[in-house]
Amino acid sequence: MTHALLASVFIIASCGLAYELIAAALSSYLIGDSVTQFSTVIGVYLFAMGVGSFLSRYIEKRLAVRFIQIELLVAALGGFAALALFLVFAWLEGPFRLALYGIVLVVGVLVGLEIPLVMRILRQHIPFRDLVAQVLTFDYLGALAVSLVFPLFLAPQIGLVRSGLMFGIMNALVAVWAVWLFRHDIPNRRWLKAQCAVVLLMLGGGFAYAERLTQFAEQQLYTEEIVYARSSPYQRIVLTRWRDDIRFYLNHNLQFSSRDEYRYHEALVHPGLQALPRAKRVLILGGGDGLAAREVLRYPGVEAIVLVDLDPDVTRLFSTSPVLRALNRDSLKSGRVQIFNEDALQWLERNTELFDFIVVDFPDPSNYSLGKLYTSVFYRLLARNLAPDGLAAIQTTSPLYARQSFWCVVTTVESAELRATPYHAMVPSFGEWGFIIAGRRPYTPPAGYDLQHRFLTPDATRAMFQFPKDMERVPAEVNRLNNQILVRYFEREWRRVIR
Amino acid sequence: MRRREFIAALAAAAWAAGCRDGAAVVPALPPGELLGASHGAGHRLRGRDFPAPAETQDHQVVIVGGGVAGLAAAWRLLKAGISDFRILELEADAGGSARFGTNTVSPYPWGAHYVTLPPPEAVHVRELLADLGVIAGNPLAVKPRYEERYLCHDPQERLYRNGMWQEGLLPEIAARDEDRRQYRRFHELMDGFKARRGRGGRKAFAIPVAESAPDPELTALDRMTMREFLHANGLDSEPLHWYVNHACRDDFGAGLGETSAWAGVHYFASRDADAENADPGTVLTWPEGNGWVVRQLAARLGTRIVTRAAVHRVRDAGRRVEVDYFKLDEGRTVRARAARAIFAAPMFLVPYLLEGAPDALVTAARAFQYAPWLVANLTLKAAPLERAGAPLSWDNVIYDSPGIGYVVATHQALRTAPGPTVLTYYLPLSGQPPAAGRERLLAASRDEWAGAILADLARPHPDIRDLATRLDVFRWGHAMVRPVPGFVWSRARTAFAAPHGRLHFAHSDLSGMSLFEEAVYWGARAAEAVLKKL
Repeated sequence: MTHALLASVFIIASCGLAYELIAAALSSYLIGDSVTQFSTVIGVYLFAMGVGSFLSRYIEKRLAVRFIQIELLVAALGGFAALALFLVFAWLEGPFRLALYGIVLVVGVLVGLEIPLVMRILRQHIPFRDLVAQVLTFDYLGALAVSLVFPLFLAPQIGLVRSGLMFGIMNALVAVWAVWLFRHDIPNRRWLKAQCAVVLLMLGGGFAYAERLTQFAEQQLYTEEIVYARSSPYQRIVLTRWRDDIRFYLNHNLQFSSRDEYRYHEALVHPGLQALPRAKRVLILGGGDGLAAREVLRYPGVEAIVLVDLDPDVTRLFSTSPVLRALNRDSLKSGRVQIFNEDALQWLERNTELFDFIVVDFPDPSNYSLGKLYTSVFYRLLARNLAPDGLAAIQTTSPLYARQSFWCVVTTVESAELRATPYHAMVPSFGEWGFIIAGRRPYTPPAGYDLQHRFLTPDATRAMFQFPKDMERVPAEVNRLNNQILVRYFEREWRRVIR
Repeated sequence: MRRREFIAALAAAAWAAGCRDGAAVVPALPPGELLGASHGAGHRLRGRDFPAPAETQDHQVVIVGGGVAGLAAAWRLLKAGISDFRILELEADAGGSARFGTNTVSPYPWGAHYVTLPPPEAVHVRELLADLGVIAGNPLAVKPRYEERYLCHDPQERLYRNGMWQEGLLPEIAARDEDRRQYRRFHELMDGFKARRGRGGRKAFAIPVAESAPDPELTALDRMTMREFLHANGLDSEPLHWYVNHACRDDFGAGLGETSAWAGVHYFASRDADAENADPGTVLTWPEGNGWVVRQLAARLGTRIVTRAAVHRVRDAGRRVEVDYFKLDEGRTVRARAARAIFAAPMFLVPYLLEGAPDALVTAARAFQYAPWLVANLTLKAAPLERAGAPLSWDNVIYDSPGIGYVVATHQALRTAPGPTVLTYYLPLSGQPPAAGRERLLAASRDEWAGAILADLARPHPDIRDLATRLDVFRWGHAMVRPVPGFVWSRARTAFAAPHGRLHFAHSDLSGMSLFEEAVYWGARAAEAVLKKL
């Protein structure tokens, strides 16, 4: 019995540390800032364990039964903690931190109760000096085992949610084992056995369905029904639908909503292209959804459109799905459109033919890789690919929510010896959105449009080029490959907007 | 992983290699080769076992050694309109410790891989960089404008400790308040040295070293080690010592207990150059490291560079200098005669090559010590798995590793998506006498080194072994001169500053530190001295 209980100390300790690591890793995965997340989670957890140890003195009778029940509670709460946190994060906007520290606190208290109880049970069998030495030895050994297995194997191979459930099952098995060990001390075990069975079933079911539950949780990240989700080598591609609204996400960032994307794409394409009546060759960088191409194709004078998008999964999706083909009016299948699935920087460096109009429709500069597509080197390459009288239209995040980021891009375009004409438009699903027309010659916004648009009118266009006070120019540094200042501005500004 | 564990990993790898037939516990190592300097030809020099010259060629100038100093000398001669010269290089490629390799993924460095922004005193470096299109506009401007794609892209460096990465190399993870206080104190000290001017208004610590003020109270620093200097200033913080030790090993191949405090302070106090479009502290780098500069210069020099040419005798024959070299591929000796010669090989070779070298020079040459290094290039089929914290940077350092980290060859590539890459892993064999380090370097096999390196890198990147498709190891027996205490301001070093008859010396050895800027300085300076005499 002594050895059996010491072995269970090892497992208990492993599980205890595992819950702590999983909570810390999950929170840093979801909120970021891993240093803060790890240290606060570990701190709260250790504190809670202290509370648990203190509370153990109030458990006076039926130690074995209490120990088994605590094991079952830890198994259930600890095991489902990761899944629960994921769901809370996906469902509810605010109280994620509350839930996180709440769960950490409760699991920590319960784990803190375990070891003192085991020591008190074992006291009847082992002298105190050996007891402390042996229990603590196995406690620390268990912690060591998990601290090694968790980062090396569990987190990368099994995933956080399933790892949590696995440790829950181990905890529950300790409880089952304890029921058997104490079979002589506990008279009526049926009720305990039933509790064990329920917890084990829950955890086992959770483990079996973890994949689907994670997907379900992800579904909650999006308020709508997911109709397509796929991880390409470059990004997570998700398409959702709610009634007639189709939304397209890359790495959980909204790229468009079918309800108002016409505002965005009209604003991106027409102010520039309308000013180039003789434009024949158009380049679209990014824009694998084919929506910018759809707008460009409306100009009969445009003879050739080259679309360069990194991800073949995106262009394939938008040229095969019937719903999306209806949305982009089959632009990607047009005889005038040629698609290259390549890195835009490398393509621009390789290309030798000039373009009259270039649409730059990249995701926002949320990381260093994307940040490169907003640097002075990029805009110089862009200028090299632009005909002498040509224009480029650049999507440029929000001048309202990310004001300094927006003006940083303007400053950077100017540093590449291009004239930058900034403008903005209201796209309800994005908010107030920014664009830049870049070219070598002065640019005047069109006084009228040859084509009929849903959003753009001459009056609306005039207003787009005026910046009200809260979006006026602010000083910003040039974004360079060697400072990536835009990524820093962007991260700071958007952190203020979203939680 | 401490040094002890690294050696244990080496032993384990050896054991695993020995019982390959048994249970395959360790997954197979990626293929690769063991590369290195031509030991055979080098050692043959000692025996002087070469045939008599079969042919004599006449040139205006002959340059012995095709490292950066020799190439810079040649560049300066070409710039002055002198084109009748030869560079004699022992190895199959020019470049010395700035050589590079290339494969289908990327070019990659085999040694020196960056140049700090040159201060105004480094006139030759500035002019060379302007010639190569790295500086746009006036090279002597206070704040020159650099071609952006050659400036190290952000993020430049990160440090791995306790399971996570931080930005920058000064340890923040697990640092205590006392450590941070000492960091500040250390930086104040170094800022003081940066601003300090000696006699004649010269910078206390300049690049090139030869422009530094020789004031006795400054050169006194050369008589203590960098560790003694830190302790003398009340700086005993463990992470601070780690940081300074890392810097010393990075630049000098010697730890802070082996490096002269003058050299150690020079590392921190000499790099204050400004740029129009970069912060001070930014470095210039290329996928193939300084091999990019070598490549540009070699392209201009063309057939004037003679490779696999083992110079075995240099003699000042009164009106001409005779340089005999053995063509390794043809098995015969050629005598090159020239009005002037530039000796741009490491100084320890002087006693073996220079016929009738005066005792003073021979003694001086023997005072030069060299650090052995191991450099490995790993080709990865995809970007490695990352731990929490700062993202993959150009320079990636692991706190408790025997190596000084790795650089990413594709960091400067203009691409946005992660993909296959080449990592260059650096391991200076410091902390022991150089001869012992060389012995260790030569004793271990490629598989042993590969196993140990992969084990070291697997801590931050657990999947590295599955991703590595190739791992080549380069053994540098004499990678860089060691600025041991007393050496930088010794007569041994300055003995070679003046020409010996018609022979001029040019090598970063003459600065006591193996820096690109120093090699360019001595090469260009020797060429200018030669130009005056032609």
